[in-house]
Amino acid sequence: MLLLFFMKVCMSVSGIIIIVLVLGFAGFFLSYARACAIVMQGTKMHSRPHYYGLWTFLLIIVPSLFFLFFWNIGSNIYTERRALTHIPYAAAGDIIHQHNLILSTIRNLVNRLPKHSSNMLNHQLNSYASLRDILGQKGVVLDVQGKNYMVPIVIEWVSGLKKLRQTGVIITFVLAIIGFLVGFSETKVKKRARNRVERVILLGLLVSSTLAILTTIAIVSSMLLQTISFFRAVPLSNFFLSTAWNPRFSVMTFDESIGEFGLIPLLVGTLYIAFVAMLFAVPIGLFSAVYTAEYATPRARDVIKPMLEILAGIPTIVYGFFALIVVGPFLRDLSAAIMGGNHAFIMAQSVLTAGLVMGIMLTPFVSSLSDDIITAVPRSLRDGSLGLGATQSETIKRVVLPAALPGIVAALLLTASRAIGETMIVVLAAGVTVNLTLNPFEAMTTITVKIVNQLTGDLEFNSPQTLVAFALGMTLFVLTLLMNVFALYIVRKYQERYE
Amino acid sequence: MNCFSKSYLKSLPRDIRLKQRYRAEKRFRAYGYTAIGIGVFFLTALLWSIFSQGYTAFWQTSITLPVKLDVAVIDPQNRRDKNPQILITANYPVLIRNALAEKLGIAIDDYIGLRELNHMISPSAGIKLRKMVLDNPQIIGSTQSLTVLAGADIDSAFKGKINLTVSEISRKISNRQIKWMYKLAAEGSLYKAFNTGLFIFASSSRPETSGLGVALIGSFYMILIVLMFSLPIGVATAIYLEEYARKNRFTDLIEININNLAAVPSIVFGLLGVSVFINFFGLPRSSSLVGGLVLTLMTLPIIIIATRSALRAVPISIRSAALGVGASKIQMVFQHVLPLAAPGILTGTVIGLTRALGETAPLLLIGMVAFIANYPRTLMDPATALPVQIYMWANESERAFIERTSGAIIVLLMFLAVINTIAVLLRRRFEQHR
Repeated sequence: MLLLFFMKVCMSVSGIIIIVLVLGFAGFFLSYARACAIVMQGTKMHSRPHYYGLWTFLLIIVPSLFFLFFWNIGSNIYTERRALTHIPYAAAGDIIHQHNLILSTIRNLVNRLPKHSSNMLNHQLNSYASLRDILGQKGVVLDVQGKNYMVPIVIEWVSGLKKLRQTGVIITFVLAIIGFLVGFSETKVKKRARNRVERVILLGLLVSSTLAILTTIAIVSSMLLQTISFFRAVPLSNFFLSTAWNPRFSVMTFDESIGEFGLIPLLVGTLYIAFVAMLFAVPIGLFSAVYTAEYATPRARDVIKPMLEILAGIPTIVYGFFALIVVGPFLRDLSAAIMGGNHAFIMAQSVLTAGLVMGIMLTPFVSSLSDDIITAVPRSLRDGSLGLGATQSETIKRVVLPAALPGIVAALLLTASRAIGETMIVVLAAGVTVNLTLNPFEAMTTITVKIVNQLTGDLEFNSPQTLVAFALGMTLFVLTLLMNVFALYIVRKYQERYE
Repeated sequence: MNCFSKSYLKSLPRDIRLKQRYRAEKRFRAYGYTAIGIGVFFLTALLWSIFSQGYTAFWQTSITLPVKLDVAVIDPQNRRDKNPQILITANYPVLIRNALAEKLGIAIDDYIGLRELNHMISPSAGIKLRKMVLDNPQIIGSTQSLTVLAGADIDSAFKGKINLTVSEISRKISNRQIKWMYKLAAEGSLYKAFNTGLFIFASSSRPETSGLGVALIGSFYMILIVLMFSLPIGVATAIYLEEYARKNRFTDLIEININNLAAVPSIVFGLLGVSVFINFFGLPRSSSLVGGLVLTLMTLPIIIIATRSALRAVPISIRSAALGVGASKIQMVFQHVLPLAAPGILTGTVIGLTRALGETAPLLLIGMVAFIANYPRTLMDPATALPVQIYMWANESERAFIERTSGAIIVLLMFLAVINTIAVLLRRRFEQHR
């Protein structure tokens, strides 16, 4: 009974990790106790006792868990490759979509099987219908579509995976035990446990610092790959030069018309809404920054700054809801009242609504970034100007702001890149209809809205309807990257000026 | 310098326009006031509109009724011992409706009245009664006191959310229903109670039975993942870059990279999640694991940047002293520098966590917009998050959902406030220890 429970724990990945961790702690305490005993006898060891414990712990944990991780990934890939060779593609014809469909059906089956497979594999199963019946009794609903040849593939896949997993578990435990033996036997006076532990820690620090780079590489490469496969299906001119957006629904074959994916209306909408937002955010943000930095008493500053920071801490979805429920209807009713009748010339979802609310959201960014930059301007510049008889506002306008200008430009660039990448406000307040207009009272749509539209719902990875989201995302990434790099460059230059 | 030439100085009038300049000064100050005033106005408008619409969501109108569990309705042919399906498929809503009709004195043949009564009770009432009967079949035939949720429209009307002065045709609730509602309220069987359902229920198409249960669990899982991964990795990265890395091209590249990542639009991280975690690694869509990993990548740069500046602020004398008494570099960093940098790291972590908790866009892309009726048990199960649930409710057309959405936003803002308060308190404690 206990053994059975133990076997069950061993089969789940988290169970193995916990067992290895327990082994590790046990190893730590055993080595620690041994080192302590040696020290108690009066001999001086190279390192403090807990370093010997830590070294044993690392020897137990690190190799075994690394092995487990890569073994599991490797065995998944291996079994999948092997199963693929058995799929009779001839049955499906030459259409690449069919192949993917078969693959995803089989993968689905495999993902559903293991939980119920303990006695499942003993049954002689060779038709899809019987598999479906048996699983159906256990409350697992399977697709009606499915071919008989899939069943042996699935069963071989599952059983192969199970065997590989079992081997992996055994090797993991063996590695952990070897680690313990080595670590425990190395708990000796002359062994330099501290240096070894520190070397491992340093290695860990180095590895984690490359993760930031890896993230960027992952972003760029994944988007680049998908974008390239998008442009295989859709010509460049269709994306960059067309003003029409009509992606159609995903179709199985490519020989029909593929739809239109014009970037221009989306880009114009994005930039227009960002422009309107900046129109609100820049004056309000700059003036409040000037006020808090130059005029406000320390006590007023202590009240005003946290208030604006609250505005910055509110999630964007809340702003979106505010725009949808309050600002949009308010502007619509206001315009109707101005016209004196029922004709509202401002739509509830419009560039103005989205821009206004986004402007509110951006105000604290502008003000806090500019505040930092204005306060960084040296006191001596102000004193010189005030000493010559200029008023405070003249000093600010003629001396402080020009000195802070590059920094403020950088701050505005960073804010603008945020406005371009903002999603939730525009999803809720700007509308989804593609519209190329200059009227701020009408609804327009943005790049981010279309990314969300194309990727919510059912995903199918090879249709241009899905892939276009990556092309749009790439555009967005490049656009904001350029702005950020330029802004950071200015900031760096500017920092050197007064240091 | 043209303006200091002699002729210019001679022609300079004695009057240096002092009055005008002071007026300009005043005007300039006024702009500052106005800007701050506008900011504060929008903050109050936003919070006020959400709190005034949402605070009622924490109360739910309920009706307590004596329901007669009539055998003639539940099991007219008395076959329930042989066929367990009978008890499952019995017509429970009718029992509740009849109980209500009896209480209000409505004739059984008043079909319009009965239909209006049906609308006063949430459809979840029948399910509740069924569960009660299935748990204990002995009670069939007796009369039980049952508390059920009122229908969404009655709930809104009782909270004063529906304008009752407009004509009967243009509102969702009839005059008779209003009369009944007040009658029941006067008898004490219809009342407002604390809305535990808001925190417990999963997704539902009806406002009164939909709640934040799945979203709260999903958000909790994801925050846990973010904390577990991004804090150690972020601090480790910052330590390496700040204390060990030599200044060279490679570390420069890492630095530029991190600064850029902090400014990449969040939706791009969603695209990364779709193509790397879901498509390449084959992790399940809309699981909290994928959501947590995506949010981790977003939070990392924030924590790294905050930790680096906190490490930089630790005085060099501390390091020298530690190294001077014979500590190794690792001991110096972990036992002396890091504890002093802890308040700064904490602040950065909290900023990152609150951003992760409120983030919506990347989660939409990895499929967390889903109608999920079951609690997620593991990290691999489909889940949703608090902001995503807000987004889904914001798109619902029924009016009662506006109240729920505002209530959910209040919950979210409260969580953010609590996290920030805890951080402030912890920070103070850390600083006292110095």
